[in-house]
Amino acid sequence: MANKFDISIRAEQEYAVLETEGYLNDALGEQLSQKAQDLIEKGYTQLVINLANTALINSIGISILIEIIEALDEREGTLNFCGLSATQERTFRMMAIAKYAGIFPDEKTAVADFQ
Amino acid sequence: MTNTLSKEQVLLTIPMLPDMELAAANLASFIAESMSFNDVQIEEIQYAMIESCINAFEHSRSSDQNVIIEYIMRSDELEFKITDQGVGFSPENRPVRQNGQQDLYPEMRKRGWGLEIIHALMDRVDIRSGENGTTISMVKKKTNGGS
Repeated sequence: MANKFDISIRAEQEYAVLETEGYLNDALGEQLSQKAQDLIEKGYTQLVINLANTALINSIGISILIEIIEALDEREGTLNFCGLSATQERTFRMMAIAKYAGIFPDEKTAVADFQ
Repeated sequence: MTNTLSKEQVLLTIPMLPDMELAAANLASFIAESMSFNDVQIEEIQYAMIESCINAFEHSRSSDQNVIIEYIMRSDELEFKITDQGVGFSPENRPVRQNGQQDLYPEMRKRGWGLEIIHALMDRVDIRSGENGTTISMVKKKTNGGS
């Protein structure tokens, strides 16, 4: 079954936004993790992951998001999520992700949190 | 791939292949929408269905490599029975995905969330497992508001 997915990156001076499109499973998760790691290695410690165009996430995809939180934590960085659906936010809170990463309604508020 | 058994029942068999859980979730979404479940409930059903299928894909060690999904429509609820013919497991001894990575924060562990997500998003969950396979039965009741 074809699962079309894509990741776009907007890197600003102080932060970068990764925007996913498609089903966040192990395949998209691994790509996202690699792109986040590349940004962290370039010195970015403030990242936003915008999930507005990702309608479905599985638990493997979420486990990869936790790895990104942990990688940023090692650099004393911050990861903020935005664009989550009701069920995504509920699941993230259940998995304690909201304790270690920010959850914001949209990209503007997620970025403003870094100021 | 889909056989309609009666007015109230649909049967789907999916192979244990990458992303096939989306076929099961999309059919669940279609049926729930036709029964006028609200958007939040439909999303919760999709997430629970995805996790049920992934659980079977990853842990059943089924020889036929198929998952059978029964969709049972009732006036006030929708039931899903997800069956594999694998080796079974004890719900108390939940299967945990092993990838060799340590968790930095134990409360935000990376593995073993599937069944908890299913329980959280559905109204009733029953797991029957034995040496001939596992059936996860999960029910979503229709409500006017969210879950």
